[in-house]
Amino acid sequence: MIAHAIVFYIFSLIAIVSAIMVTVSKNTVNSVFFLILDFISISCLFIMIGAEFLGMIMLIVYVGAVAVLFLFVVMMLNVAQQKNEWFNSSGRSSHIPVGLLVSIIIFFELIIVIGGWKYKPDLLDSIAIEINTDLTNTQSLGSVIYTDYIHLFQLSGMVLLVAMIGAIVLTFRQRSGVKRQSYFKQISRDRKDGIELVDVENNKGVKIDA
Amino acid sequence: MLSIGLGHYLTLAAIIFTIGIVGIFLNRKNIIVILMSIELILLAVNINLVSFSIFINDLSGQVFTLFILTVAAAEAAIGLAIIVVYYRNSGTIRVEEIDRLKG
Repeated sequence: MIAHAIVFYIFSLIAIVSAIMVTVSKNTVNSVFFLILDFISISCLFIMIGAEFLGMIMLIVYVGAVAVLFLFVVMMLNVAQQKNEWFNSSGRSSHIPVGLLVSIIIFFELIIVIGGWKYKPDLLDSIAIEINTDLTNTQSLGSVIYTDYIHLFQLSGMVLLVAMIGAIVLTFRQRSGVKRQSYFKQISRDRKDGIELVDVENNKGVKIDA
Repeated sequence: MLSIGLGHYLTLAAIIFTIGIVGIFLNRKNIIVILMSIELILLAVNINLVSFSIFINDLSGQVFTLFILTVAAAEAAIGLAIIVVYYRNSGTIRVEEIDRLKG
C-alpha cells in the first residue's frame, strides 16, 4: 500500500511538473519533449492501477505517433526559435489576469465537485460490463470491443480514415512545372497514335515532327 | 494520505485539466502549444474515465477511453495539417498575427 502511494505520488508529480513545462517552456521543441514525458508518466499510472492495455496503447499512439507528429511539424515549420514569451509580451496583455482568474475558478469548481460527490446508491446494480479478474485486461477489453461495441469500433476506424484523407487533402499541393506520369494516358494509347508507317522514297528523308 | 483512492486520481486529472486550460488562455505566441494543451485536456479526461472504470469495477469506461484516444489522434492530425497549410499561405503561425478570421 505504501509502495503504491509512493509510486503514485512520484508519477503524478512528474506528470504535473511536465504539464506545466509544456505550457511555459520557451522553446516549442522542449514543450513537445515535456508532452512526451507527461504521456509516459500517465501511462505508467494507468498500468499501475490495472488498465495495462490502455497504458500501452497510450504509449504507442501518443508517444509513438502524435508526439512525433508534433515534433515533425515543429521542426518543419521552423518555429522553434519563436519565443513563447507570454508573460512579457508587448502591449495589450490585459487578458492574462482574466485568464488566470478563470482558470483558478475552474480548478476550484472541479475540486469542490470532487470533494462533495457520492456514489449513487444503486450504482452497483447498473454496471454495464463487470471486470472479470480471471482474464487479463487486454482479453476482457477485446471480448467487449469486438462484440458489444463493434459499431463504435468500426466508426472510430472511419474517423481515422476521414482524418487521414483530410490531412492528405489539406496538405496536398499541385506544383506547376513538374512533369508527371499519367498512367491513364500511357495505357489508353493505341497503335494508331504511336506508330505511323510511311513509305520512304530513296534519297529522301522523312519529316519527323509532322 | 497513504491509501490512494479515487479522489487522488480525480485531483490529478483536475490539476492537469486546469494546466491545459491555462495553456490555452495564456499562450500568445505559438499555436502548436495550444494544440498540445488540448492534448493535455483530453489526457485529463482519460484519467477520469480510467480511474472511475477501475474503482467501480466497470469496463465500459476503458472502452470509451479507447475511442477518445482515436478521436484525439485524428484531431491532432487534422489540426497540424491545418497549421501547415496556414503557415504555407501566410508565413506565420503566431497567435497574435492570425487575425484573418476576425469578425
